[in-house]
Amino acid sequence: MISMLRSLWMVFMHAFKKRETVLYPEKPYELPARYRGRIILSRDPDSQERCVACYLCSVACPVDCISLQATEDEHGRRYPEFFRINFSRCIFCGLCEEACPTYAIQLIPDFEMSEYDRQNMVYEKEDLMIAGEGKYHGYNFYKVAGLKIAGKDKGEAENEESPVDLNSLMP
Amino acid sequence: MVNIYIDGIKYQAEEGKNLLDYCLSVGLDIPYFCFHPAMGSVGACRLCAVKMYKDENDTRGKIIMSCVQPVQDGMIISIEDPEVKHFRAQVIESLMNNHPHDCPICDEGGECHLQDMTVMTGHVYRRNRFKKRTYRNQYLGPFINHEMNRCIQCYRCTRFYREYAGGYDLDVFGIHSRVFFGRHQDGMLENEFSGNLVEVCPTGVFTDKTLKKHYTRKWDLSTAPSICEHCSLGCNTIPGERYGKLRRIRNRYNYDVNGYFLCDRGRFGYEYVNRETRIKKIKARFGAELQDTTEDEILDKITNAFEKGKTLGIGSARASVEANYALNKLVGAENFYAGISGKDHQILRNYLDILRNYPVNVPSMKETEEADYVLVLGEDITHSAPRLALSLRQTLMKKAMDEAARVSIPRWLDHAVREFYQDGKAPMTTITPYNTKLDDVASKSLRLNPHDTVKFGFLLANRINNDAPAVKDYPGEWDEWLDQLAKALINAKKPLIVSGWGNGLEEMLKAAANITQALNGEERKAGLFYALPEANSMGLGLLEGNDLSGIMETGDAPENLIILENDLYRHFDKVQADKFFNQFKNILLIDHTETNTTDHASFVLPSGVTAESSGTFINTEGRAQRFYKAYIPEAPVMDSWRWLGRIENHLKKTGGQWNSLDECLAELVKGYTVFKPLTELAPPSGFRINGEKVARAPHRYTGRTSMHAHKNVHEQKPPQDEDAPMSFTMEGYNGTPPSSLVSHYWKPGWNSVQALNKYQQEVGGPMHDGDPGKRVIEPTDNPKQQYFKVPVFETKTEAGELYLTPVPHIFGSGEMSSLSAAIREATPEPYVLIHPNVAGQNDLNEDDVAIVRANGKEWKLKVKTDDKMADDVAGITTGFRQSYIVELPLKGNIEKQEKK
Repeated sequence: MISMLRSLWMVFMHAFKKRETVLYPEKPYELPARYRGRIILSRDPDSQERCVACYLCSVACPVDCISLQATEDEHGRRYPEFFRINFSRCIFCGLCEEACPTYAIQLIPDFEMSEYDRQNMVYEKEDLMIAGEGKYHGYNFYKVAGLKIAGKDKGEAENEESPVDLNSLMP
Repeated sequence: MVNIYIDGIKYQAEEGKNLLDYCLSVGLDIPYFCFHPAMGSVGACRLCAVKMYKDENDTRGKIIMSCVQPVQDGMIISIEDPEVKHFRAQVIESLMNNHPHDCPICDEGGECHLQDMTVMTGHVYRRNRFKKRTYRNQYLGPFINHEMNRCIQCYRCTRFYREYAGGYDLDVFGIHSRVFFGRHQDGMLENEFSGNLVEVCPTGVFTDKTLKKHYTRKWDLSTAPSICEHCSLGCNTIPGERYGKLRRIRNRYNYDVNGYFLCDRGRFGYEYVNRETRIKKIKARFGAELQDTTEDEILDKITNAFEKGKTLGIGSARASVEANYALNKLVGAENFYAGISGKDHQILRNYLDILRNYPVNVPSMKETEEADYVLVLGEDITHSAPRLALSLRQTLMKKAMDEAARVSIPRWLDHAVREFYQDGKAPMTTITPYNTKLDDVASKSLRLNPHDTVKFGFLLANRINNDAPAVKDYPGEWDEWLDQLAKALINAKKPLIVSGWGNGLEEMLKAAANITQALNGEERKAGLFYALPEANSMGLGLLEGNDLSGIMETGDAPENLIILENDLYRHFDKVQADKFFNQFKNILLIDHTETNTTDHASFVLPSGVTAESSGTFINTEGRAQRFYKAYIPEAPVMDSWRWLGRIENHLKKTGGQWNSLDECLAELVKGYTVFKPLTELAPPSGFRINGEKVARAPHRYTGRTSMHAHKNVHEQKPPQDEDAPMSFTMEGYNGTPPSSLVSHYWKPGWNSVQALNKYQQEVGGPMHDGDPGKRVIEPTDNPKQQYFKVPVFETKTEAGELYLTPVPHIFGSGEMSSLSAAIREATPEPYVLIHPNVAGQNDLNEDDVAIVRANGKEWKLKVKTDDKMADDVAGITTGFRQSYIVELPLKGNIEKQEKK
């Protein structure tokens, strides 16, 4: 009898406690910065696409929801012609981000992607690209790679000698 | 066989074989770079180090390079010893010092031998803090991309290019840490086999430039075993598709046929498949225009049109045996025509006659490498059947190996063998009207016009064996050559006579046959290798189609015509072909690419190209080889034989025609017993391994749930293949399937093409269960020698007249390859090749435009001169898009075009 009354009292007292329920969506929910949500494609410090279309994200994807096609500009810089993620298949595992050698693909703490129509869950490159560098600052793949692109000749990358003079016989 | 001990386990090995080769053959993974099964060892990279012990009591051992170590009795070695493992990791580390941070943007990535070997040795971080060496790249033409930073100095490229393929314009420059592999200046690589550098190079220095335009990783390609459609040799290929486009062609190893290498036409000639000239819709003619229509509608229309009157069928040497048979069956054998010119028809008839009734030995391409004397009769093989030229070039190495064996240099020590042989020549004589690429290895080259070559051939047969018919009246200086050549051929154990369609002379084949007949004896059978023009010329010949030139002339043609994958303008003169087409009320064309013939068709059905179809080609040696579709083309494109089956169902209202390749083959074999082996080429479509089909896509094929998501997020069921025991996805068996179903090479730890080692019985040997393909026609054992009669030889009738002889060209003469962008870039303008004396007489200079007159016609062609050619000949490029010139060989005159 006493325990029943005690329980009733406890439940009654909860009516005066601080509310646990968050009034989402009126009040936005804040997630940790490393939460794996919506995938974006970032840009390098020069504001150019970071993605070099290496296909490593697509091969790492366990649900095969990434597809892309590589192409090149007239100076040899490689980038994706199209880049598509089918978010209705994505499991937000983050393996694409881990596989990415250029920090292009990143998962951000945004999960608000509900749609009435599944077709709208298919994101193309224009939907994925953001204006900035995302979580990882400073890295510029083409400044490290040996390939020649517009504005960077052979030997001008980080930690590179200038090109070999083939006519030199000096030891 | 001797016993050797590797890491404590006893193995039985062949003494004298190289240790690396043996270890790889038994499945032990030793990392290596510079070794290549086709090119032997040089010991340049120092990666394949293993430890060798003196005896059981030796605990220290010494480090040796396994690729330059012969197997010895009782030898004790260790691959897993910690010291030697550390040594190998250090070698990789030093090779990687200057390797750029390029893998994500490197076309070799994912199928890179360097990546595989780095992972295998365990090297991970670059400790070297010094700067990386860089190079400037070169422009190497439309086929090959150059990225020299990635080089690890294994010398495979120059060894292949210069030594194996006989090229001159790729070499190593510079000294010590600055060596550079490239040309002396920017420019197209001249050798016809340069594309193999893509597979030979273990890193990404040389990559496929055509693939770069629509780059796809190896793991994303849907692939199937296929056969090259660009000449009659039947090289095995692996076409790869992604997003409905053909992305590249890779070599598929077949020990007997192409081995490790393809020619550039075969490798880069695929681009026509993705061109806008493809026929992709069903079309019917309304008035002057062809308009799109549906399958049901067109089948009704065809039925209405073709019910009445007789129908004639024209087959094709570039369509599969199945497609030609389906047409043959639809129109009836008496109405089935081969669709090649009268001259080609006659050559084909004679060739089949030789194979069936004459005691000749037709070698495989691999066997041609073993020949100890080769006579190339009147043919520029490098351009008419390119891959064969590469095989013939290896006769040099055969000779060199035999010589080097005298001083105990092992056969696999390739570079040492070549150094020993120095500038020695191959046991080969070439007799051609103009300078050919094989001349640089041939020990003797004779320059004769084609008609003299025929005469020389008949004379030679008679000189070798008196039973052969004699020829009177020939130039006196030939005697010495004839005697020399006859002696060389008689002394050879495996003589080989090579000729081909390129010279266009029926008598050339007869001359070649007579020489082989004369050489045949009890202990020796001479080889005869004759290259036919198209991928399935032989299959078409075996179907015994009628000669079209007969009715072309008479004009006695029925009402309806069905043309199968054929452009008659490539075989007949324009006026003649136009007249022929105008006789018909209804013309149905089944083809994959628009040609001049398309303009005459009243109905057009789209067929698949080789990479989109399943079927069988029979190559020039009579080897039937199956190809499977690498991908399902977008409807309504389908196999020609399937279209013809559907038409027959509709037309004859019988129903029950074949729905699959197996059913089609079953009927074919009933009709033609010669095709019996076709059913045994590959397992039937019901074949399963552990209940699974063989997967076309590698197991890491990507994008399955997103590649079509932009069209429809709901995923479609993957297409099914009724014709092959293969699936179109990564689902299915991914181990080692029967060799006829191998569509990509991959084994754990071996992502590059070198994974092939694991599919072979031994490294560089036949495939694990024998090589795919079966001969359908074996030369008779009838020992009775037969000879062709001496023909009437052509003579010149007037002064200044020249023999106009066809000049085939690897880039340009192929009907389909010449539509491909990269090939077109490499194709020269059509030209006439003359001796400088002839040019002088006619006041012509190099690059002038000359008018060639023959047969009441004239052609304007650019002049090229060759001071080593015969001076009574004018070579004219043949089969080029701009000018087919089907009538060659002819006799005619040349003169300068007057300036206006």
